[in-house]
Amino acid sequence: MIVTKRLFCAALGAAALTAASFAAPAQAFEPNKPIDFVIMAGKGGGADKMARLMQSIIEQQDLAPRPLVPINKAGGSGAEALVHMKGAKDPNHTIMVTLNSFFTTPLRQPGLGVDIMEFAPVGRMAEDTFLLWVHKDEGVTSFDQFLETAKSRGSDWVMGGTGKNSEDNIITDFLNNNYGLDIKYIPYKGGGEVAKQLAGQQITSSVNNPSEALGFYESGDVIPLVAFTDERLPLFPDVPTLREVGGDFSYFMQRSVVGAPGMSAEAQAYYTDLFSKAYQTDQWQKYKADKSLMGDFMAGDDLKAYWMVQRDRHEAILKASGAIN
Amino acid sequence: MDILTALMDGLWVALQPANLGLAVLGVVIGLFVGAMPGLGSVNGVAILLPFTFVIQEMTGSYTAPMIFLAAIYYGAMYGGAISSITLGIPGASTAVATTFDGRPMALTGQADKALVAAAVASFAGGTISTVLFTMFAPPLASVALQFGDPEIFALMLLAFATFVGLGGDDIPKTIFSICFGLVLATVGFDIISGEPRLIFFDMVGFSDGIQFLVLAIGVYGIGEMIWTINASRSDDKMAEVTITAKRVMAAIRSFAGAWRGTAIGSFLGFFVGILPAAGATPGSLMAYGVTKMASKDPKSFGKGNIDGVAAPEAANNSASTGSMLPMMTLGIPGSPTTAVLLAGMVIWGLQPGPLLFSEQPDFVWPLIGSFYVSNVVALLVNLAFIPVFLWMLRMPFTILAPIIFVLSLVGTYAAYQDMFDVWLMVLFGAGAFFLRLLDYPLAPAVLAIVLGPIAEPKLRQSLLFSDGDISIFFTRPIAGPITITALILILLPLIKLIRDKLRARRAPAG
Repeated sequence: MIVTKRLFCAALGAAALTAASFAAPAQAFEPNKPIDFVIMAGKGGGADKMARLMQSIIEQQDLAPRPLVPINKAGGSGAEALVHMKGAKDPNHTIMVTLNSFFTTPLRQPGLGVDIMEFAPVGRMAEDTFLLWVHKDEGVTSFDQFLETAKSRGSDWVMGGTGKNSEDNIITDFLNNNYGLDIKYIPYKGGGEVAKQLAGQQITSSVNNPSEALGFYESGDVIPLVAFTDERLPLFPDVPTLREVGGDFSYFMQRSVVGAPGMSAEAQAYYTDLFSKAYQTDQWQKYKADKSLMGDFMAGDDLKAYWMVQRDRHEAILKASGAIN
Repeated sequence: MDILTALMDGLWVALQPANLGLAVLGVVIGLFVGAMPGLGSVNGVAILLPFTFVIQEMTGSYTAPMIFLAAIYYGAMYGGAISSITLGIPGASTAVATTFDGRPMALTGQADKALVAAAVASFAGGTISTVLFTMFAPPLASVALQFGDPEIFALMLLAFATFVGLGGDDIPKTIFSICFGLVLATVGFDIISGEPRLIFFDMVGFSDGIQFLVLAIGVYGIGEMIWTINASRSDDKMAEVTITAKRVMAAIRSFAGAWRGTAIGSFLGFFVGILPAAGATPGSLMAYGVTKMASKDPKSFGKGNIDGVAAPEAANNSASTGSMLPMMTLGIPGSPTTAVLLAGMVIWGLQPGPLLFSEQPDFVWPLIGSFYVSNVVALLVNLAFIPVFLWMLRMPFTILAPIIFVLSLVGTYAAYQDMFDVWLMVLFGAGAFFLRLLDYPLAPAVLAIVLGPIAEPKLRQSLLFSDGDISIFFTRPIAGPITITALILILLPLIKLIRDKLRARRAPAG
């Protein structure tokens, strides 16, 4: 009796398995080895924190049959990561989390031979925002006061940022060119270090992401003056946008996951599905709200179209600042 | 007194069976990860980070997973010394300085002494720094903020000075070695301008710079192995070590001779650790240099001085506790490992920063309590394992050499997952052997490749501030004294030389 029951179960199981394998040709791809999860920045920065959060969510919710293995490739504003992706031996198991250096680095270094349109658009997880921060002892509480003070101090007003021609440098150039300022820009290794330099008054202002400055904001050491967004941020309801104070400029940083060039359409569909599930988890939504991230999930052709717009915009910005011809 | 009550409560939580068990587990994992060449605390913590969610769900607290990760961090600091001493390959970047004297001690039959000294010094460093952490965390955080670019550069200059300004070694060769390390440190993309530098033959592998462990494992793994083969040309020159409880006790007693290194390492390591961007590796190298300078017998360093083992080991443990400080109070990681811990805290929904101590006391104090507990656990586990490590040493060199070779290859690959780095490591190993034949000291090159990438951007950021005026290093209240001390140390050998010449001239006259 028992034997027959067991047999029956086994037969049923086998039937179910065959049925499943026939029924799922659309989801043909499943990772069969650990997935290389390349991070375009160093350990401890905003991109790294976010990548490790994604990895943890996928692990915790058991969303993927194989683990994601984070690899930091920070060299040359992402140049190293891009070249690594381009030469990936197994594109179906190689994905990367990107910043805006995804647009700027190939523009600045055409010698790399990287065309971002060859990358697989897996999913945009968020757009990070930028605010202008000053130390509370500076006695500056509004954007107008900032302009006045920065103008009177000339090149003694120091903006800390995260590398030459980085997102921070682009915003600083915008301020200098449009308001007749002469702010001195000093590049540091990462947004966290910039936040610390401002809290210690080693520099006079920064354009940190909220996630980087939040600790010192809550303790009252630094204050935000203006947000480089289109609408006010829910986390900082009293901080006006640059558009409100008369500027015509907003700037975001994409937090997208991309697949290596040459990834199959099936694999791309698999990863898009994986990251859209991760996007919908409570943890990701909470992180987005806590760190004042914007932007909805975006994938496939929409994401490629977004890349196209962003690349053109960065090309225009870099040309205007003289970084490229 | 507030602190004491909070600490007692914290210790009580840390001693709860679940938390204590996690501390023991973490220390044991850390010990083995640390002892594996190439893998350090950062790998252990990063690999096990997702696992902490399980712990968090089981225990329902943020503290338990953090205790686990912190225990791995400490365990790895203890473990790094093991392969540094027994095999001569640095187990982790933080344990490179431990090979300088630990390896010679092992070769002369004092491996037990070296291992015990490493364990006890680690314990002393870990505990002293935890006490400092407990009492002064918030005020020290503001000290760390006072360290701007010129201050950090001045400190790095001081570190170089401790290596140049020492008598004994051949100074021109030391300077050559430092310059060689500095050149290697400039390879890769420049942070300030974003331009590629010294990308030899346009090889992609150079674009991320030459990793410090690639040089260290090459020099101390492969280079040392070839050297030993060349020197002995026969089997087993390694002195036998018998394991008896008596010898271990004697070794513990002999540790009294290493108080100087332990004390210097503990305090200096902590201080370097709390400065963001530095971390345990520079801390241990600086402690080694300063201890050598403070020693009555600097010439015996590098030949098996017990202080030379105690100082870096005390310092790397002390610095690892120290680097928790900016992480928790400022949200800035002081080392690669704390960067991963920081990511963990963010994932658990904690906001590290100036308010953490006042808003999350239920998290902070049990964690601090666990620092004390983990250090005791790590000391006991480590001492218990010493006979096993000594047994490894009894293997004949014909067996040990291939093991060292394989571990060097695997370790380098494990650290960076790139065959390019493995080839580079072998190349450095062969090069190190020839440089050593010519009597060039290689420790300064290793120091330079660690400190170069910190010092260079700080120098240039400072000069950007001052529009190229170097007086910025002399006029600032903290940077000034440090710079001047460093310059005196660098010039000391020159002054000595002139004095000796003058004396020699006067002597025949009188």
